[in-house]
Amino acid sequence: MTNLNSKYLGLSLKSPLVVSANPLSQEIGNILSMEDNGAGAVVLFSLFEEQIRAEALKVEEVYRSTTNPFAETSGFFPELENYAVGTGQYLEIIRQAKERVDIPVIASLNGITPEGWIEYAKDIEQAGADALEINVYFIPADIRLNSEEVEQRYLDILKMVKSNISIPVAMKLNPYFSSIGNMSKRLSDEGANGLVLFNRFYQPDFDIERLKVLPNLDFSHPAEIRLPLLWIAVLYGRLPVSLAATTGVHGAEELIKYILAGADVGMCASVLYKHGIQQIKVILQELQMYMEKMQFKNIEAFKGAMSQLHVSDPSAYERGNYIQILEDKKWR
Amino acid sequence: MMEKNKSKYVTLDGNEGAAYVAYRVNEVCAIYPITPSSTMAELADEWSSHGVTNIWGNVPEVIEMQSEGGAAGTVHGALQAGSLTTTFTASQGLMLMLPNMYKIAGELTSTVFQVAARSLSAQGLSIFGDHQDVMAARTTGFAMLSSANVQEAHDMALITQATTLKSRIPFLHFFDGFRTSHEVSKIELLSDDAIKTMIDENLVISHRERALNPDNPFIRGTAQNPDVYFQGRETVNPFYKAVPDILKAEMEKFARITGRTYSPVSYKGDKDAENIIIIMGSGSETAVETSAFLNTFGEKSGVLQIRLFRPFPKEEVLSAIPDSVLKIAVLDRTKEPGATGEPLYQDVLVTLVEALAEGKIKKMPLTIGGRYGLSSKEFTPAMVKAVFDNLKSETPKNHFTIGINDDVSFTSISYDETFTLDESNWTQALFYGLGADGTVGANKNSIKIIGENTDLYAQGYFVYDSKKSGAKTVSHLRFGNQAIKAPYLIGKADFIACHQFGFLEKENMLSQAKQGAVFLLNSPFGKDEIWDRLPFEVQHQILHKGIKFYVINATEVARKTGMPGRINTIMQTCFFELSGVLPPDEAIKQIKKAIEKSYIKKGKAVVEQNFKAVDQTLENLFEVKIPDKITAIRIESKSILQQAPDFVRNVTGVMLSGMGDQLPVSALPIDGTYPSGTTKWEKRNISDLIAVWNPDECIQCGNCSFVCPHGVIRSKFYNENLLDNAPSAFQSAHINARGFPETKFTLQVYLEDCTGCNLCYEVCPVTERQDHLKRAINLEPKPTDLLEAREAISFFEHLPVNEKSKVNYSTVHGVQFLEPFFEFSGACAGCGETPYIKLLTQLFGDRLMVANATGCSSIYGGNLPTTPWTTNQNGQGPAWSNSLFEDNAEFGLGMRVAADKHLGIAHQLLEKMRSELGDDLVNALINNPQKLESDIKVQRENLNLLRQKLSAIQTPEALHLKSVSDHLVDRSVWLIGGDGWAYDIGSGGLDHALASGRNINVLVLDTEVYSNTGGQMSKATPTAATAKFASAGKRVGKKDLAMQMISYGNVYVAQIAMGSNPQQALLAFREAEAYNGPSLILAYSHCIAHGINMQKGLDQQHLAVKSGYWPLIRYNPVLRNANRNPFVLDSPAPSIPFREYAYNELRYKVLTQTKPKEAEKLIQLAQDIVDLRWKSYQEMAGYGAESFQPLYQPS
Repeated sequence: MTNLNSKYLGLSLKSPLVVSANPLSQEIGNILSMEDNGAGAVVLFSLFEEQIRAEALKVEEVYRSTTNPFAETSGFFPELENYAVGTGQYLEIIRQAKERVDIPVIASLNGITPEGWIEYAKDIEQAGADALEINVYFIPADIRLNSEEVEQRYLDILKMVKSNISIPVAMKLNPYFSSIGNMSKRLSDEGANGLVLFNRFYQPDFDIERLKVLPNLDFSHPAEIRLPLLWIAVLYGRLPVSLAATTGVHGAEELIKYILAGADVGMCASVLYKHGIQQIKVILQELQMYMEKMQFKNIEAFKGAMSQLHVSDPSAYERGNYIQILEDKKWR
Repeated sequence: MMEKNKSKYVTLDGNEGAAYVAYRVNEVCAIYPITPSSTMAELADEWSSHGVTNIWGNVPEVIEMQSEGGAAGTVHGALQAGSLTTTFTASQGLMLMLPNMYKIAGELTSTVFQVAARSLSAQGLSIFGDHQDVMAARTTGFAMLSSANVQEAHDMALITQATTLKSRIPFLHFFDGFRTSHEVSKIELLSDDAIKTMIDENLVISHRERALNPDNPFIRGTAQNPDVYFQGRETVNPFYKAVPDILKAEMEKFARITGRTYSPVSYKGDKDAENIIIIMGSGSETAVETSAFLNTFGEKSGVLQIRLFRPFPKEEVLSAIPDSVLKIAVLDRTKEPGATGEPLYQDVLVTLVEALAEGKIKKMPLTIGGRYGLSSKEFTPAMVKAVFDNLKSETPKNHFTIGINDDVSFTSISYDETFTLDESNWTQALFYGLGADGTVGANKNSIKIIGENTDLYAQGYFVYDSKKSGAKTVSHLRFGNQAIKAPYLIGKADFIACHQFGFLEKENMLSQAKQGAVFLLNSPFGKDEIWDRLPFEVQHQILHKGIKFYVINATEVARKTGMPGRINTIMQTCFFELSGVLPPDEAIKQIKKAIEKSYIKKGKAVVEQNFKAVDQTLENLFEVKIPDKITAIRIESKSILQQAPDFVRNVTGVMLSGMGDQLPVSALPIDGTYPSGTTKWEKRNISDLIAVWNPDECIQCGNCSFVCPHGVIRSKFYNENLLDNAPSAFQSAHINARGFPETKFTLQVYLEDCTGCNLCYEVCPVTERQDHLKRAINLEPKPTDLLEAREAISFFEHLPVNEKSKVNYSTVHGVQFLEPFFEFSGACAGCGETPYIKLLTQLFGDRLMVANATGCSSIYGGNLPTTPWTTNQNGQGPAWSNSLFEDNAEFGLGMRVAADKHLGIAHQLLEKMRSELGDDLVNALINNPQKLESDIKVQRENLNLLRQKLSAIQTPEALHLKSVSDHLVDRSVWLIGGDGWAYDIGSGGLDHALASGRNINVLVLDTEVYSNTGGQMSKATPTAATAKFASAGKRVGKKDLAMQMISYGNVYVAQIAMGSNPQQALLAFREAEAYNGPSLILAYSHCIAHGINMQKGLDQQHLAVKSGYWPLIRYNPVLRNANRNPFVLDSPAPSIPFREYAYNELRYKVLTQTKPKEAEKLIQLAQDIVDLRWKSYQEMAGYGAESFQPLYQPS
């Protein structure tokens, strides 16, 4: 019998398939179902600081504009007790999840102000989250920002959060650093317990008839695993951090590839939207079949087997590989 | 809150003061909203939902009923079942309670009704205060006790409760609507211990023991016969006789507990007074203070304040009047037409006459009666002085009025407006703001800060104009070392703040400034440039009175601190800085404390931004160095009113200028009849941003004009030759239709009437190529010089009106060319109701009769000074009336019955006069089907012929026919109202009227709450939404009124949402009108009570339909007759979950923050309801005709 047990951020997981941050986890019923279907852990949907702030201001604006509007009324909404715009709901989900599931519950935080990062990270820890994933969703659209400043921003945030909480912290990265390896190392040096590769950014589309920008995020595609796969394979064994691969896990094949590259866990979300949460079970069953076929008794048995560290030709991950591809094309 | 002499001082208003006690001494509250008492019910509901307990440690049950009649019935039932029960009401609400009040009193049942006394609807409705309502209840057998101020309202709520338990006589405890109910004042709060001490537990148990109980059965509520009814009615006399003594005893007990002394009647003044006033309510405070002031000048006057009015305390009144009194003026705040005098006057008179006859007094003082203060008409010290002066005259005028100029019956006595009391003990401040700019809220907050953090007494009163959008507010704040007994507006202020720069041109606010007063202005111009921007009058007042002048660009500070439009805390900070009520540091500290308290629940971001605003205030506040001369030129107003008809100019215009108090009786219509079409003379200019048309981009679809809630977007097509004399600012485009090369099109925006709601922009389908944020109609800053725009509008108005019979108005595109008969209403900017009304008038306006239920639509439709209901150039237009809230269906049905009757008479007389009028004309008039607009046109032409012929005939038949001949043109009778009317209070009547089979059309403007009174739940409120009286989210489903009425089979029913499918909405109106039977249209109306950005109102309508929450349906009985399925489902299957629509609205969203689990449960329930309803509608739409009830076919 194969064993799917895994380790991520120092946490023991029953399987290497983790649900990445997505809105499905807004409902406790879905989290229960994720556990029932075998998810190793769940990363909760992201808590966006500016969303909380914007929500608070929007609500206040509606209240203000409807208060004392004319002689017959002082306002339109009952005075509410326990009203709390803020992290309340998010923390409640953490608490409920911790009460009702045994798998690790990892919170995901996206702050904007130093106070926000610190305050919310502390709240998340207090609510019982097993770990925190830092989601620095930051597009450096300001062309005056140089790459050093962007990198420092990630490091500062990590430092700030780490110095205020004691649960493990994973950094979710984007793939656009000039030197992913060096950036990963610096994050590791700053105390990151894990790296999540990679964040998927909203890439706007255009409506060419109405000349409108359409904010869009399409579901991921299995072909998108290549980039994370490359960097997981390169980083494996070189840094004392957990590695999580996210993007493109639609079936066991992608998960297996990530593990072969060296990921401690693979994360999925799009597939759950497309085929339902029960797809976790299907993927894990296929993983198990693969492991049985390949006679891998446990995850460790093949983790990193295809990493740069372990492949016979390390140049396959570097320039040499690219040249080989070009050469192959010539003869077709 | 602070401790002072071991007492707890709080600042609250009269409603809260009374409700605070009533809630604590009752177990059940049966409620229904009505101004100005709604706050009491709302607070009770709020406390109950927050688990606040009464003095027995249990949480009172609060239940909202469908009407005050229902509330009274529930009160009666709960009392009979042994619960301590109360209710809160006013005005028409009290009228609906009267039948039960007789029962409750007849059965000697202990209860106290809390009433914020208000005018009754007579020649017009008024939400304001007087004693007409309570006086109509004086025969019910309830004891009646009147409170004069906020402290009394609080205290008497307890004293009456103690007294009713002991005496078994139910009490009506009343205080003046608005003046006391809404005055915020610093009072000493009763502790729960004090309340407990006042309530005798044995009496509570006795009350329960008298209850209906199957273990001790009896019957109560028998039908009695001539043999015993009379005697039975007399059994209660000893109980009434005992009331004054019991009340006195309870007041003495109260004094022992609290130190505050009261008596059933209270005399204050010279012990040897010669002239006294007898009065009830808040006016007594003004009278007492004025008398005391006059006595310091040697007058011998006094005031007898009546608290207990029923049973009338004759002995107490007699003993309170000093023997020295020679003359008495009894003042009533009510009107009893045709009576020998008003009630209090009569009671005093009878008391004195009986006493004289019985020898209890030696001589009869000269006693006169007068009326004052109806509908919150100001009652000032100057008026009190005039009453004393009248008394002192040799022949005092009896049955007088004070405060008005009655030049018809000459009842009024004159008064010297300049007379004031010594006001040096108080600081008086006035604040001019807008309803939505937070000025009132900030001032309420300031009073709390002052009242609860200093030893100062504070008073606040807030005056609004009659509009819902751009409503002007004036806050009157007083504070000082002594208790403030001044229940009247501030005449001369030490501090005046103008929060809206635009008011400077409209309001002569500095005329109320004292010498050396401080003037604070929110100004876009800085300290160095402001002077030259001030109007002549303002400069004159500043120089003349030596006013200290400060400016701040609060709008800019608010914008910079991330709170655009929110100037309230900024102006509040300035007030504290300039007024010196508190040391500046302390003031800032307290403001921040208040901000934190108010906003912490709404998130730290809100608190932080407010803090930021406060911190940046003082560095932006500047004193203006006053030049030594006036630089402005006095500009004579060139108001458009100068072109208006006489009445509008001389009466409406005076009201518009804020001088309505000056109008004499003779100026006013005798029967409440006012001219139509007066909003057009108002030109409110409330928005700096206005809709601007881009003719080059416009595709002339008509969407913007269709949805414009304020009727400011009009379209016409016309021959290009007519453009010859067009002013340069007039815009036009080629008509967007083939085959009309010489035809031009203009979309005219009435920019002075535009509220900047932006619905036109939102609905415009065009996107400009160069700037994708721009559409064919955009909000842009209003030009400073309006002359050119006015010329363009005038030119547009002189273009020929597009003839209705030549317009295809079966499309939204075509409707834009129809004249609206509803324009420029004062409804909220972006109102979701008014586009439907406007459409109705475009379609049938020239032959429309409207019965309008009380509510938002009656207020923006008929609140003086102006009305948006207007006429065409022939003088035809909607005939509109508002009866009451509860009876609108019956009222409208009555209009239909009368129209049918008069049509019948007209037909009968036509037949009778056939030989004189000619067969052709008679046949044409009787047989015209009037189905098409062209038929109507022919009918009108024939009617004109008839009139011409009749003018030459002088027989009685001809005169009668002439008087009813207008009915020969089909009348389109529409009953309009909100969901509060249709689903709740008027439900029975609506059901009956629709079941009558008569040709009435009902338009329900469904905002799903009582919008006019402030968002209370109705039976239209959907599951999962929060509302007042449903703060925990509504758990019951919304009533499916459409299905209820469809069940009759012969009622045309449509459910529409203009923002989703305007074409379907249009079709529904046309089908409803065409159907010769009852019709009901349920129109989704987005509303500020939904907690949305009103600009997105139409989007929300769209989402409501898209989610399946608001399916678009039409049930047309005519189709059943044609053997087709009459039920048509016009909207596609739901394509988004309910929550995607709902969570854009605060009314749903709020629960996710307060009770997330409950919110989830409710939103799921709401989704289930949506799914089920959709399924059943879908099934029904697939049935064959035979599945539906056939109609009666006349043989």
